[in-house]
Amino acid sequence: MSVPLTLLGLLEREPSHGYDLKRDYDAFFSRGKPLPYGQVYGTLGRLARDGKIIAGESEPGDGPERKRYVITEAGVTEFESWLDEPVAPEPNLQTVLFTKIVLALMLGRDAQRYLDAQRAAHLRRMRELTDLRRAGPLVDTLLADHGLFHLEADLRWIDQTTARLDALAEAVRR
Amino acid sequence: MTTALIEARDLKLAFGETPALRGASLSAGAGEVLAITGPSGSGKSTLLHCLAGILTPDSGEVRFDGRRVDLLNEERRSVLRRDTFGFVFQFGQLVPELTAEENVALPLLLGGTRRTAALAEARPWFARLGLDGLERRRSGELSGGQAQRVALARGLVTRPRVLFADEPTGALDSLAGEQVMELMVDAAREQGTTVILVTHEPRVAAYADGQTIVRDGRTSTLVPARTAP
Ligand SMILES: Nc1ncnc2c1ncn2[C@@H]1O[C@H](COP(=O)(O)OP(=O)(O)OP(=O)(O)O)[C@@H](O)[C@H]1O
Ligand SMILES: [Mg+2]
Repeated sequence: MSVPLTLLGLLEREPSHGYDLKRDYDAFFSRGKPLPYGQVYGTLGRLARDGKIIAGESEPGDGPERKRYVITEAGVTEFESWLDEPVAPEPNLQTVLFTKIVLALMLGRDAQRYLDAQRAAHLRRMRELTDLRRAGPLVDTLLADHGLFHLEADLRWIDQTTARLDALAEAVRR
Repeated sequence: MTTALIEARDLKLAFGETPALRGASLSAGAGEVLAITGPSGSGKSTLLHCLAGILTPDSGEVRFDGRRVDLLNEERRSVLRRDTFGFVFQFGQLVPELTAEENVALPLLLGGTRRTAALAEARPWFARLGLDGLERRRSGELSGGQAQRVALARGLVTRPRVLFADEPTGALDSLAGEQVMELMVDAAREQGTTVILVTHEPRVAAYADGQTIVRDGRTSTLVPARTAP
């Protein structure tokens, strides 16, 4: 799972404090494994060093960190090209695709487009595997079958998610 | 990109108040296998029936080999279906009173071929589709997968230019379905038959060269056709 890109996505929505980023990350993406503060600030530090975000002045207040972070043009570009790129059609893509879809909905983007692109990438891969199993020895057939069944499971998830996009958008909006 | 052998342009069709097609387009080249996918009730079968000249769209154009199918009268369309197209449906739909080989020969018989000649054409399909020894069985004495292979032979026996297949594996388990697909694609490639395949199963659609999805009566290209190998 890409923590830096997810944080970039959350910052593309609005400038935020580290605390807000951690809260939203944990609420939607951490799957019961909260992001340690150390990792939040470490990641933000690297993103700032690479020019993807800018850290504002420290604000007075309680707690260790009261900086507001703002995404830069370079950060937006990086985030968008990640969002646009279908995930490699291999088994177990859900985590990354799930993250992309939720972020897309949070940012009011066309999540359907990403699901369609992913569906197309999956179908192409299934066509390749089908060619492979038709041409190759039985061992290849068995391996290709394993891939095909998993990709098919992903596709069902993509279809269900497509059918539920409106409800999902409602759930992640605030 | 090959030129289209069969093509639909902006088809619209309503059944009374129910719009089934709201602007459906697709095209398939000679020898291409094209899958039509999409949710239940989206208009896949209706689109297939328009392409095959079984239904006439309210508007839009259907072309086969450059000719307008939707403008032909019923008699000419029925000749086109009989001589140039082949069909396979979800539940084989074999004629129960006929033997398997008579079922395969049926399209030839209906086209006026004499019985001996028609049966002679039908027989090689049994070995080809792994149906040896089942020539004299009736459909009630065949497994689902066997019946579907007989139906496939019947669909291909006239060496059609286009084979229309509506959920040909829908009633089969995945191994039997796979077998039908392998045979269908191999036979179609061998005789240069274009296949229009309706399926809701991605693993079945993966046999096709290209995929079009129908949603609410509208089409979009999911996977563009590669050039047929
Ligand atoms: N003969 C008919 N009379 C009235 N309505 C029809 C008729 N045939 C189809 N429809 C309607 O047209 C729409 C499209 O039906 P169609 O059979 O083309 O869907 P489909 O995509 O093939 O669905 P499935 O995957 O369930 O076979 C549906 O709303 C269906 O109820
Ligand atoms: Mg149907």
